Amino acid sequence: MRRESGKIGSRRVSIPDAHINIMKTSAWGRTGKQVRLISKDPLLLIIIILILASLITFILYPLFRVIAMSVFPEGRFSLSVMREVIASWYMRQAFLNSVMMGSLTAVFGVIVGFLFAFSLSRTDIPFKKFFHIIAIIPIISPPFIGALSIIMLFGNNGLITWTLLGLKNIKIYGFRGLLIAQVLTFFPVAYITLKGVLESISPTLEDAALDLGGSRWKVFRRVTLPLAIPGIASAMLVLFVETLADFGNPLILAGSQFPILSVQAYLQITGMYDLPKGSALAFILLVPSVSVYFLQKYWVSRKQYVTITGKPTQSTPKIVSPAVKWLLFASCVFVALFILLVYATILWGAFARVWGSDNSLTLEHFRYVFGVGFKAVKDTLIIAGLSTPLAGILGMIIAFLIVRKEFPGKRFMELSSMLSFAVPGTVVGIGYILAFNSRPLLLTGTLLILLLNFIFRYIPVGIQSGVAILRQVDPSIEEAAIDLGADANRTFRKVTLPLMVPAFFSGLIYSFVRAMTAISAVIFLVSSSWHLMTVQIMSQVESGRLGAAAAFSVILVGIILVAILVIRSILSFRYGRFGGTMLKI
Amino acid sequence: MSVKLVNLSKIFPSPDHPHKEVVAVKDVNLEVEDGEMVTLLGPSGCGKTTTLRIISGFEIPTTGDVWIEGKKVNDLPPNRRDTSMVFQSYAIFPHLSVSQNIGFGLELKGWKAARIREEVERIMEVMNLKDMYHRRPDQLSGGQQQRVALARAIVNKPSVLLFDEPLSNLDAKLREQMRVEIRRIQQTFKITSVYVTHDQDEAMTVSDRIVVMNDGKVMQVGTPFEIYSRPANLFVADFIGKVNLIEGRIVETKGKAFVVEYAKGRKVISSAGDALKQGQKILTVIRPESLRLQQTTASHSDFLRGKVVKMVYLGPTVEYELAVDGLKRTIAAVVSNPIEAGFFNIGEEVALDFHPHAAHLIPA
Repeated sequence: MRRESGKIGSRRVSIPDAHINIMKTSAWGRTGKQVRLISKDPLLLIIIILILASLITFILYPLFRVIAMSVFPEGRFSLSVMREVIASWYMRQAFLNSVMMGSLTAVFGVIVGFLFAFSLSRTDIPFKKFFHIIAIIPIISPPFIGALSIIMLFGNNGLITWTLLGLKNIKIYGFRGLLIAQVLTFFPVAYITLKGVLESISPTLEDAALDLGGSRWKVFRRVTLPLAIPGIASAMLVLFVETLADFGNPLILAGSQFPILSVQAYLQITGMYDLPKGSALAFILLVPSVSVYFLQKYWVSRKQYVTITGKPTQSTPKIVSPAVKWLLFASCVFVALFILLVYATILWGAFARVWGSDNSLTLEHFRYVFGVGFKAVKDTLIIAGLSTPLAGILGMIIAFLIVRKEFPGKRFMELSSMLSFAVPGTVVGIGYILAFNSRPLLLTGTLLILLLNFIFRYIPVGIQSGVAILRQVDPSIEEAAIDLGADANRTFRKVTLPLMVPAFFSGLIYSFVRAMTAISAVIFLVSSSWHLMTVQIMSQVESGRLGAAAAFSVILVGIILVAILVIRSILSFRYGRFGGTMLKI
Repeated sequence: MSVKLVNLSKIFPSPDHPHKEVVAVKDVNLEVEDGEMVTLLGPSGCGKTTTLRIISGFEIPTTGDVWIEGKKVNDLPPNRRDTSMVFQSYAIFPHLSVSQNIGFGLELKGWKAARIREEVERIMEVMNLKDMYHRRPDQLSGGQQQRVALARAIVNKPSVLLFDEPLSNLDAKLREQMRVEIRRIQQTFKITSVYVTHDQDEAMTVSDRIVVMNDGKVMQVGTPFEIYSRPANLFVADFIGKVNLIEGRIVETKGKAFVVEYAKGRKVISSAGDALKQGQKILTVIRPESLRLQQTTASHSDFLRGKVVKMVYLGPTVEYELAVDGLKRTIAAVVSNPIEAGFFNIGEEVALDFHPHAAHLIPA
């Protein structure tokens, strides 16, 4: 089946490119035709209407409420709240700090990510598999683990600062500590993007440049790097958006001296009960996030080079000299050791009696987690276990509609469903409490609000993997089923759906991880009846119980690892190599 | 009458200009007899695939009617039309085994498993797929995938079998084998077929009749002989094979025959694409292999003389390019069995002649 993959969909209809007869037609005529076509299939029509309605209700409406609350604070249009926020030096500082932190994390994260990606794809350093796994670990663990570990290593009772060096009054809270945590948390995203970019650049291009007499450094500067530039730009923008939106690390590490926008919005609402001000901050956070996200998605990511090669090219890495190779290796080892140190610290912390003062081993924290804290574990599993398959199925259906069907509102469906990726969780959380705290949509405090939040936050994951696989499936495969007598419904069930299953599961793993580790939106939505592990970890950290926080984290990461292993082995058992390669994480 | 297309047209919105339109098929009329194999042949973008997709129901014609087995099927969706398509990309279901692929249509008809198995095994035998019953599609070669796609289509015994450039993904040698194979299977089962290709050799091999299309319009419908030797117009003459077009003028009409005057001498030619009048300027269509080359001294008729400007020795044949005074284009000639026919050197002057039956006249 490989042979025709290059041809897929290349020739749907034959349209004469020369000698074409061109006439005028109206856009309305086409929309009318689409409506007539869909109305022939009532089931499809109902599904499209339901999906559009729920996207409006659960993605757009909460955002609208945030914006409305900040510019219509008392039911009338008024910029008083915005003016008040902007006038405050502290809030301005929070905005500047957030943007600066986002930019610096983007720069350093991409540097470290590129270091890993380049070393793993362009050199023959040893232990590549090990480095790859190390770089993936931060992606599958809660984003605030970095912050937690940094406090345990460098804080007042820190292993390095206090236990080993005996230092006191270390200033880890604030700019420096947060930057380290953010780079550690987000460089893997850059690594994955850049690895894909570098692997798509055929090494024969470098071979050709070397063959033409370029020095290694010159080849890197004139060929490899320029080809990777769009990917690098794209990765930087993604990191900027993710850091800007991040909530867990700054909540633990930023401190009051270094205000961060997402945390300030949260504190306004939960600490001061000032909904208009919190919404105004959320609005300010929303603008750069969404604009940079769409800049990345619809502009920068389209600039990427694609080198087309007929056959997989074989090339031994020659682009780096041995000295550079070992220098790269040493840098990778340094980063990998630091990540290992971070996770080992969490693991040790989970078993240490009182971190920093009595590091002897105990099971006390785990007893606590499985006793008092067990409800959070159970609730988290129920919520993630229910929401991820639902988000996955919804994502697959939307992907199918976007790729294979023509209907009015298609572009709107695509954009609004992808919006969830761009909007910071803090904004979503505030939007949900504003939108769903009164009848008929009185949902605050319920299981449903958590489920809905997760489902609509993680549909983009399913949509992306579904779209990717459907674009690879030759449309004539579905046409063949129809041609052989299957109606639309049977074609979807017997052909399209089975082909999408591997994408569904790989999307499932990713959205399960995201649901298990989410914090920024749900921290507004948890209640006494429904609690989440991530929120538990945060409150343990806030009350200084680092051991319990670490134990919760260990269990959380453990659950995620088990879930990944289970899904992967089911898939590779069921689909062989095909299923295995679908899962990159 | 298995398939009848009446005044078929298809207009698409232009992919580049949202407010403009592209006419892909224009006023196509065609009748395909029972058991006949008709090929739609033409350059890419001529509307042949769109026509096929209209027959299968994947495209809805803007105007015109499609009749299958005496019934108007304009409003029938593809799954309810009695047609089976062999796709260019084969479109084999990657998640199903070979036998499941072939039996898919029968399963949809609600056949019992045992009966499906029997039928599938029978067709696999005919198609030389005997030991492939449980194979997965990714374990098949290109030629085997092609056979599975064909088996999957004919096992349903459709009224009409549709082929959409089925051989374009195969290498040259396999392509030649498969077109003979497809013709054999089609004649074994006597299935009415419509076949789309841009490859003339393929069209010549598999078809009872060929429909040459260009710019969405039918240029000519005819047997392979008619299309090649009696082209209706300049497009068909030029599109199919190599051709020489020699200018001349009709000086006299004798019933169905025409006396044509060339630069040096006259000929009586009885084959013409259109009604031609006395005094009309015409082009004589003559294939390179129909030209007879002789040394000027041995020549009895001195109809045309040319100078050899290029010679390519291909083994079984020799190709010559000849410059003729007063002609803009050089003349191509092919001499088969060159050892007996003799060789001509570059620069040598050669006398050219042809049998009147080998020539065909079209308006200039």
